[in-house]
Amino acid sequence: MSQIEYISLTLKVWRQPGPQERGRFETIPAADVDPNMSFLEMLDALNEKLILEDKEPIEFDNDCREGICGTCGAMVNGIPHGHGRGMTICQLHMRAFNDGDTIVVEPFRARAFKVIKDLIVDRSALDKIIQAGGYISVNTGGTPDANAIPIAQETVEEAMDAAACVGCGACVASCPNASAMLFVSAKVSQLALLPQGQPEATRRVLAMLKEMDNCGFGNCTNHRVCENACPKEVSITHIARFNREFLKAGLFGRSSVEAR
Amino acid sequence: MQQLDAKIPDGSLAEKWDCHRMEMKLVNPANRRRFNIIVVGTGLAGASASASLAEMGYNVKTFCIQDSPRRAHSIAAQGGINAAKNYANDGDSIRRFFYDTIKGGDFRAREANVYRLGQVSNNVIDQCVAQGVPFAREYGGLLTNRSFGGVQVSRTFYARGQTGQQLLLGAYGALSRQIAGGQVKMFPRYEMQDLVVVNDQARGIIARNLITGDLEPYVADAVVLATGGYCNVFYLSTNAISSNASAIFRAYKKGACLANPSFVQIHPTGIPHYSDHQSKLTLMSESLRNDARVWVPKNSGDKRPANDIPENERVYYLEEKYPSFGNLVPRDVASRNAKQQCDAGRGVGPTGRAVYMDFSEAIKRDGRDVIARKYGNLFDMYKNIIDQDPYETPMMIYPSAHFTMGGLWVDYNLMSTIPGLFVLGEANFSDHGANRLGANSLMQALADGYFIAPYTIAGYLAEADLSDRSSDQDAFKESLQAADTGIKRLLSINGKRTVDSFHKELGRIMEDNVGVTRNETGLNAAIEKVRGLREEFWQNLKVPGNDRSYCLNLQKAGRLADFLELGELMAIDALDRKESCGGHLREESQSEEGEAIRDDENFCHVSAWKYKGDGVRPKLYKEQLVFENVELTQRSYK
Repeated sequence: MSQIEYISLTLKVWRQPGPQERGRFETIPAADVDPNMSFLEMLDALNEKLILEDKEPIEFDNDCREGICGTCGAMVNGIPHGHGRGMTICQLHMRAFNDGDTIVVEPFRARAFKVIKDLIVDRSALDKIIQAGGYISVNTGGTPDANAIPIAQETVEEAMDAAACVGCGACVASCPNASAMLFVSAKVSQLALLPQGQPEATRRVLAMLKEMDNCGFGNCTNHRVCENACPKEVSITHIARFNREFLKAGLFGRSSVEAR
Repeated sequence: MQQLDAKIPDGSLAEKWDCHRMEMKLVNPANRRRFNIIVVGTGLAGASASASLAEMGYNVKTFCIQDSPRRAHSIAAQGGINAAKNYANDGDSIRRFFYDTIKGGDFRAREANVYRLGQVSNNVIDQCVAQGVPFAREYGGLLTNRSFGGVQVSRTFYARGQTGQQLLLGAYGALSRQIAGGQVKMFPRYEMQDLVVVNDQARGIIARNLITGDLEPYVADAVVLATGGYCNVFYLSTNAISSNASAIFRAYKKGACLANPSFVQIHPTGIPHYSDHQSKLTLMSESLRNDARVWVPKNSGDKRPANDIPENERVYYLEEKYPSFGNLVPRDVASRNAKQQCDAGRGVGPTGRAVYMDFSEAIKRDGRDVIARKYGNLFDMYKNIIDQDPYETPMMIYPSAHFTMGGLWVDYNLMSTIPGLFVLGEANFSDHGANRLGANSLMQALADGYFIAPYTIAGYLAEADLSDRSSDQDAFKESLQAADTGIKRLLSINGKRTVDSFHKELGRIMEDNVGVTRNETGLNAAIEKVRGLREEFWQNLKVPGNDRSYCLNLQKAGRLADFLELGELMAIDALDRKESCGGHLREESQSEEGEAIRDDENFCHVSAWKYKGDGVRPKLYKEQLVFENVELTQRSYK
């Protein structure tokens, strides 16, 4: 990091004033980009410039800027969060680009994700899927001692792999069907692995799947691009476990168990 | 100077909470649906309080500025959550949890609150496990613990380096269940603009829909603020970009006292400042200090790469100075020492403002795999930002603004000086004194939300006279008008400087004068400079766009306007407290070795400031701190 070699880029950015208006790509030059900047810091610097030129800054969602909150997300050259593996766009650094590159930036596209403005989309459908059953129904208080339920270390590690999902929607944006299957399966799998999740296993998998359909997400047809796009590298083995849970629910679940 | 009454219940320390719960009035289950409660914020405290209150049968309206309640900044907490379970069988107890926290806070926290925190801590862990939080476990299947700074037992539960995320997703799950059941109405992408006070009671808020720009009034019988801390006053901090002080600051302007605003935790292990374009500081979890040795080169100005500096030319300053706690001294002590080493010219890295945190010994001892399993995600994060591999070369770290112990003053019931306004988690001031111990903040937020506020809010609702609604209309109209005027004013300045450029300047003023160390000259200068900057802000700010669509700059401008007042208040408070304690080090009050010297005779109190109008010095109220169960000593971690 001693001598900074600045780079110059051309951005083609999706601009859309509001949900009901038409969007289009706008070409904006970005000169003197410090390669130590993150992608979002590059956009910050560009926005500062736009504001001083009396132009509207590019709106984009972001918050923690350390890859854990799941707020940020955009397609960079057609890839959710850009080409950095296992990272969100806030962790993508400009040293991953070369001087003179043209970068295409657009919002996550899916029928279930409406554009709000520029790169910002509405991902509340993911919340709706969790609300359908992505939890263990315990009230506050009256729970058994934390050590009353031993869980094998490897089991809890696998559950943690699934629980690492940040809910950013990159899996949806990468999927040709705009399916949220990786997102749904990560939660189903986490709770199916844990003994605490067993009592509601049947209802959960059916309810969450039904809600995914209701929200307008597509189905999973095993393209497997989602796990490549996932910033937390959640594996599609969780989709396999989801399918087993779904099968189990169909075979052994009581027919009266309907999604709420 | 008026005294504030903390309403601490009678009885011995261990009995207070039990007795108080017995004494508080209850709301009959059938009557709970008649009450409406507003919760602002969906971090650990807000989500857990919303879910718990809804489970009890209250109607809850919950607001967050993020696009989903799951994204609140609690999610970024890495290291862990403390509880007095004594699973490690190493001598822990509620009493020890209490003592460690009081001592860690340098005897500036309230005894009764801290003891209660220890008492409910065990229930919180049980609750989280029942929700499916995947805490780390031993091969035998039971939960494992690690150690954090400022304690000599292992009481920290963790889920890799993502403990905050997993706890928040647990609370978010509980909240989601209540949203599905209709007991919580959720308002994402809404920002609280004002607190509405009617007949001296908190009766609602004005919230702004961030997508449409509409200002909307919401009425309630009690309002809960769980809106986090205000470290972003430093511009560069470990907080999320949207973390802000506006909710608590607007409550302050409506009459709630703001306590110990100068108490800020500057965390010792942040990734150092590396670029002028930098938008935030990233934390490397304190848990790393379990397996790392912190050092600097013995000779100032030694520019050799870390691995070329031989063992006998390194200073392991924490181990040398504090043999019994070593690298695990509390955060304030570790930060101060790092700054001292850098001030003495022994800092490393391109700016000379960093120290090494070295894992080579632990990697040799335990193997790379073990270290990777414990801290892999942190190492990856570091490598990605700094472009160096911490498995091969030591990490560089430097203190980063991280947490605010100060916040709205609350009594034992977590109620502010405005009846009906409850404040939970980092937004209040109560449990951490002048320095928070690592892994205690997650516990405090969840304890407040799951196990304390649901009881105390019921106690308030059962007794408060909420019948008089006569002046409702006017108060809400007035607040709506004021919020609208405030927004229009920001848009109409049309000057030449952006929000961020003002914010960066404020951050520099705060870091230089109200940071790791403070002195009278610097604090006076800070007050002047912040005032000057505020004046320029209102004349020369440029906010693009309008208030009828999503406009992040407008949101940021509103938050910065509050930071520009809060920054001054922080300096006023730091100036008034002429002692050193915890994270507040007044250079005029330190030992020759640079340790904080408290002045218990004059400053064994909470400073709570009450707003008296723009440009008027706020009025100082005091809560005298009484220590009946611990002896006030100068902290020593030697």
